[in-house]
Amino acid sequence: MKLIRFASIDGNSNGYWGLMALLAAFILAALGSSYYMEHHGHHVTGMTNQIVWGLPHVFAVFLIVAASGALNIASIASVFNKKAYKPLARLSAVLALALLAGGLMILVLDLGRPDRLIIAATIYNFKSIFAWNMILYSGFMGIVGVYIWTMMDETVGRFNRLAGISAFIWRIMLTTGTGSIFGFLVARQGYDAAIMAPMFIIMSFAFGLAIFNLVLFAAYNGTRRELGDAIVKRLRNLLGVFVAAIMYFVVVFHLTNLYATEHHGVEAFILRDGGIFTQLFWIGQVVIGGLIPLALLYAPQLQGCRKSMALASVLIVLGGLAQMYVIIIGGQAYPLQLFPGMEVSSSFFDGVVNSYTPTLAELMLGLGGVAVSLIVVTLALKALHLLPISLADAVADPHHKD
Amino acid sequence: MKTVNTTDTSKRKFLGGAAAVAGIAIAPGVLLQTVNAKPDNEAVSNKVRWGMLIDTNKCGDGCTDCVTACNTENGLTGFERPETDSQWIRKLTLKDKQTGHVQTLPVMCQHCETAPCVDVCPTGASFKREDGIVLVDKHICIGCRYCMMACPYKARSFVHEDLQDQKDHAPRGKGTVESCTMCVHKVDNGENPACVTACNKEHKAMYFGDLNDANSEISKRLKQYGGKQIRADLGLNPGVRYQGV
Ligand code: SF4
Ligand code: SF4
Repeated sequence: MKLIRFASIDGNSNGYWGLMALLAAFILAALGSSYYMEHHGHHVTGMTNQIVWGLPHVFAVFLIVAASGALNIASIASVFNKKAYKPLARLSAVLALALLAGGLMILVLDLGRPDRLIIAATIYNFKSIFAWNMILYSGFMGIVGVYIWTMMDETVGRFNRLAGISAFIWRIMLTTGTGSIFGFLVARQGYDAAIMAPMFIIMSFAFGLAIFNLVLFAAYNGTRRELGDAIVKRLRNLLGVFVAAIMYFVVVFHLTNLYATEHHGVEAFILRDGGIFTQLFWIGQVVIGGLIPLALLYAPQLQGCRKSMALASVLIVLGGLAQMYVIIIGGQAYPLQLFPGMEVSSSFFDGVVNSYTPTLAELMLGLGGVAVSLIVVTLALKALHLLPISLADAVADPHHKD
Repeated sequence: MKTVNTTDTSKRKFLGGAAAVAGIAIAPGVLLQTVNAKPDNEAVSNKVRWGMLIDTNKCGDGCTDCVTACNTENGLTGFERPETDSQWIRKLTLKDKQTGHVQTLPVMCQHCETAPCVDVCPTGASFKREDGIVLVDKHICIGCRYCMMACPYKARSFVHEDLQDQKDHAPRGKGTVESCTMCVHKVDNGENPACVTACNKEHKAMYFGDLNDANSEISKRLKQYGGKQIRADLGLNPGVRYQGV
């Protein structure tokens, strides 16, 4: 392997500025949506007293989960000492920060009182996993920031491995914390499973890597730098393994739930009778987010084809959003069981499956978070020496023979 | 943002107004129970644990007196939007799938001893008073709605729009979460919660009192007839108990 040289991108092309303008427009729309929601109150959204977390949370949790997964490449390089991934570690870490920033922006702007953010940042109830998450999020920003510094500045390079290991441990805690937000909701049938936290970790691997691949392809195509087959092949295999692992966890999750009688109701709801949720589960999560990507990634005829890998990544992102929707909204749509075994009704929608129709404002807020993540990466690519000038096999493949 | 809170009293203190009242005559000649109201200058103490007992056999089918009383007392005027309007107390209709037996009962915040809403609240806005009443401090609630996700009883509402005509004793605010306060302003004055008072006009299905006082009517009744907790399996030890379900 030769010496890897990094350089920032020029960022002067029409394409670059066009992308920036587009992302900025999405961010403005998100800010406008948030103002509209706060000004009128949340009754202008699809959210109600039954579905209290809506589409913004789907995007936010997805981005936060993906954030820790995006750090994978860097972790593999510095924690597990795989040289081939080293050249990509910087982008991986910056993407992790960017995704977290986007997710957090959505969460904050969806609060009933975003103006009280300072309270959330200064008063902690240490019994609350939510409060712990705020500490985990800010800690992640700090640790990954230092980690990036150790990658880019030779003088502190000797701390790179230490920072990498800390970041790796921290990201596992962060995803566990995010998964536990749902794990703590004991009364909600859909969330009552110990497997939730490890499932979130494996989801983060796949979602984060899928987004990483897309950003990498876009950056190398957009700047016409060379990206060799060796590294792409590694990423492709890794992605395939992660997607297969999610599928495995989903099967275990539902099988163990089916084993416990008290969960039969919610299982039948998600798997069979849940209307939109059942469709999103089978078509969105399983077929689009799982089976098709696996076929695209592993089909022998497609091995050298990057388009198929990019398409698989897009589908994994879409499937991941579907999965979040099923978990977050579906879990609330299924009625709370106050009196198991009884038919319950009331003026407050007890005993009925709650309906939810997301509004444009919620969608724009969610997409705005995605735009924040992407704009951070786009700016960082221009400001920092993030990407190797070439990742051609001769440069990037440790096993390359001239 | 416009806030419509009309009082800056910290609900953590909620010192009552009047002096102790030893007994309350609800209907002429009927002394319902003894309520240990605390004097003004005394802090809320854990010697008492306020609770309620609801006898579903007496609860009137189709009667919503408790709901109406709560709405009036706490100024819960809605916007004709049932999905987003606040409901602190609601009437539930239960039908036994096996026997077809139907009964109705009111459900409100159960004032859990180990309250999930309190545990999950990131800022500590959800809190439990020493005397067992669970409240939301509207001044530090950030409106994250995690408590609504965590409450097993669907007891909480989020204020989805601007409010007018609020009551001084029940401050509310757009973008924050609220639920039954057990009429803490009345309790601290030695009075019964509004729903209990209303119910006692006709059906007399609701009892309010100190669960820690073995001589209170509620404790005696619970001792004699027993009382069920909704979702007892969750182990939350709620302050609201039911008979007849
Ligand atoms: S019933 Fe719900 S809101 Fe009331 S104390 Fe229990 S968890 Fe909290
Ligand atoms: S909505 Fe308010 S009371 Fe409920 S958990 Fe969030 S900050 Fe606490």
